[in-house]
Amino acid sequence: MTTPPADPPHSPDTPHPTDAPPAPAADRGSWLRNHSELGVCVLLLALGVLVLTDALTMDVDIAQRGPVGPRTVPVVVGAGLLLIAALLAVDVLRGGRGQAETGEDVDLSEPADWRTVLLLTGVFLGSAVLIEPLGFPAAGALLFWGAAFALGSRRHDRDPLVAAVLSLVTYAVFNNLLGVPLPGGPLMGAL
Amino acid sequence: MDALASLLDGFGTALTPVNILWAAVGVLLGTAIGVLPGIGPAMAVALLLPVTYGLDPIGAFIMFAGIYYGAMFGGSTTSILLNTPGESAAVVAAMEGNPMARSGRGAQALAAAAIGHFAGGMVGTVLLVALAPTVAELAVDIGAPDYFAIMVLAFIAVTSVLGSSRLRGLASLLIGLTIGLVGLDQMTGQQRLTFGSLQLADGVDVVIVAVGLFAIGEALWVAAHLRRRPGEPIPVGRPWLGRPDLRRTWKSWLRGPFIGFPFGAIPAGGAEIPTFLSYVTEKRLSKHQDEWGKGAIEGVAGPESAASASAAGTLVSMLTLGLPTTAVAAVMLAAFQQYGIQPGPLLFEREPDLVWGLIASLFVGMVLLLALNLPLAPLWAKLLRIPRPYLYAGIMFFAAVGAYAVGGEVIDLVILLVIGLIGFGMRRYGLPVLPAVIGVILGPGAEQQLRRALQISDGSVTGLVNTPFAVTVYAVIVLLLAWPLLKRLVARTRPAHGARSA
Repeated sequence: MTTPPADPPHSPDTPHPTDAPPAPAADRGSWLRNHSELGVCVLLLALGVLVLTDALTMDVDIAQRGPVGPRTVPVVVGAGLLLIAALLAVDVLRGGRGQAETGEDVDLSEPADWRTVLLLTGVFLGSAVLIEPLGFPAAGALLFWGAAFALGSRRHDRDPLVAAVLSLVTYAVFNNLLGVPLPGGPLMGAL
Repeated sequence: MDALASLLDGFGTALTPVNILWAAVGVLLGTAIGVLPGIGPAMAVALLLPVTYGLDPIGAFIMFAGIYYGAMFGGSTTSILLNTPGESAAVVAAMEGNPMARSGRGAQALAAAAIGHFAGGMVGTVLLVALAPTVAELAVDIGAPDYFAIMVLAFIAVTSVLGSSRLRGLASLLIGLTIGLVGLDQMTGQQRLTFGSLQLADGVDVVIVAVGLFAIGEALWVAAHLRRRPGEPIPVGRPWLGRPDLRRTWKSWLRGPFIGFPFGAIPAGGAEIPTFLSYVTEKRLSKHQDEWGKGAIEGVAGPESAASASAAGTLVSMLTLGLPTTAVAAVMLAAFQQYGIQPGPLLFEREPDLVWGLIASLFVGMVLLLALNLPLAPLWAKLLRIPRPYLYAGIMFFAAVGAYAVGGEVIDLVILLVIGLIGFGMRRYGLPVLPAVIGVILGPGAEQQLRRALQISDGSVTGLVNTPFAVTVYAVIVLLLAWPLLKRLVARTRPAHGARSA
């Protein structure tokens, strides 16, 4: 074996030694970083409130058929979300941590690379917007090339070629073989 | 003998040239995808869901079954040659398989795994043929309260058996149920969580949820933590087994299925537990104790056979009860829904061609898998060298194709990305993905059955427990829920004993 596996599964939540806070202000920052899972509780809470409001403002008098109307299950789900949000908050404050997922290509020993994630998100949204004006083959190729670029591929001779071939073949398979229509765009119109 | 006659009919369906082609495509695609690091069988089937828009159901399910088995085999190839198992089921394969590969016995390890998959799949599918019609017949007149009970069992099982934290499992389930609520109420047409949007009135398509959580979420998560230097796979030749190895492994191949199959049929996390149990069993029975940990071939053969048989067990509960016990089964259930087919006891009556064609194709697929994988193994090993940017860019690309093919709407791509970001957050904070997917797939159905049952009983809660079947299922649920408590009690009395004797 040439590369020793160097990723203990618990590492993401343990603070890095370099982050050790010298000042009280930084202290609060690291507390928040350590308890970032509380954000999950906030989101669950917000979702619960949303589901409950939607259910309780529903106008069901005319629609009600049978003893259980369209409101009951959303109310139960919404209440469940609130309850779980509270229980999870308690768990996190008492030191419980969700274990970040591991995988073949996942290296948890280094901090998350947000730049890549943001770039990927941007590339994806951009291609989604372009799919109608440019057609699927062009937008799909841009998506693949952009995503590969975001992930660190810098072969400017090979990357666009792979992207174009993949996108065109997929277009042909879906549009012509499987009968799932995809927009060809001006490019396909010209061909 | 009824089952045998139906099975013969099934072979008539499965052995048509077109369906053999789909089985071969599925097996090859599945193995390739399974070998690729980072893509498990569930993501593979999810990414291929869009083909359901253009393919007839029989062809599609034959292909999906091939993908399922192929991807499981491919996953163990990766663990043996790379020692970084991605799927939980393949962890055990790495324990003995990787030391074997490192000491130059990779070809034997791959052969033991391939034949193990073949044996396990064959025995498992025979058990499926023998059991499934009986289970379907027993369950054939179950009604709304029984269906509701089964779905509650699925919810409880995925949240409490899988994963390390029940709380996080429940949170995931509730997220899924919430997504399932979006759209028009099926019984009254009332709008729920649509915020006046026409697009949301149809609900969020299951394909988008599955692709978003499994594919986009995973790609983003890996992107955030991409290993700078991917592990180097160990080069390997054509798999083969010598006579002494055969003498050591044949019993392990035959023992595996009987551990794997029952665990696949119950909601206990698929292949994870049975592969481990098989490993422990083989270790205890082995005559070569000194080799364990350094590459004992039985430790590859038994668990791989168990894993393959557990896939057959999974199909029993999915086809006869509509109960998905693994992520792959959940995604396949979504595919059934795409075709408007409801898996369950009536499936064997209503769609005999489909069910028996599918089962027969499992045998065909297994033979193809063995015939293709032994000679192709060196080629598969090359797949491990694929540049990671291409791999994950490809996942994003095919996810986008799938979501766009649902309805040709750009808004679907935005929803896909949002769900992908949810999946990313879930991976970061240890919320398991499977409960959310099960919640989306089964949630709407569970609500309908609940309301139907209560309508029949005129609102009385006893309407939910008035059949022996439902009562049995609820008893199982109570057992599942009480299990950690019981375990804690046992654990508490044990140290007390130890303290006294000390």
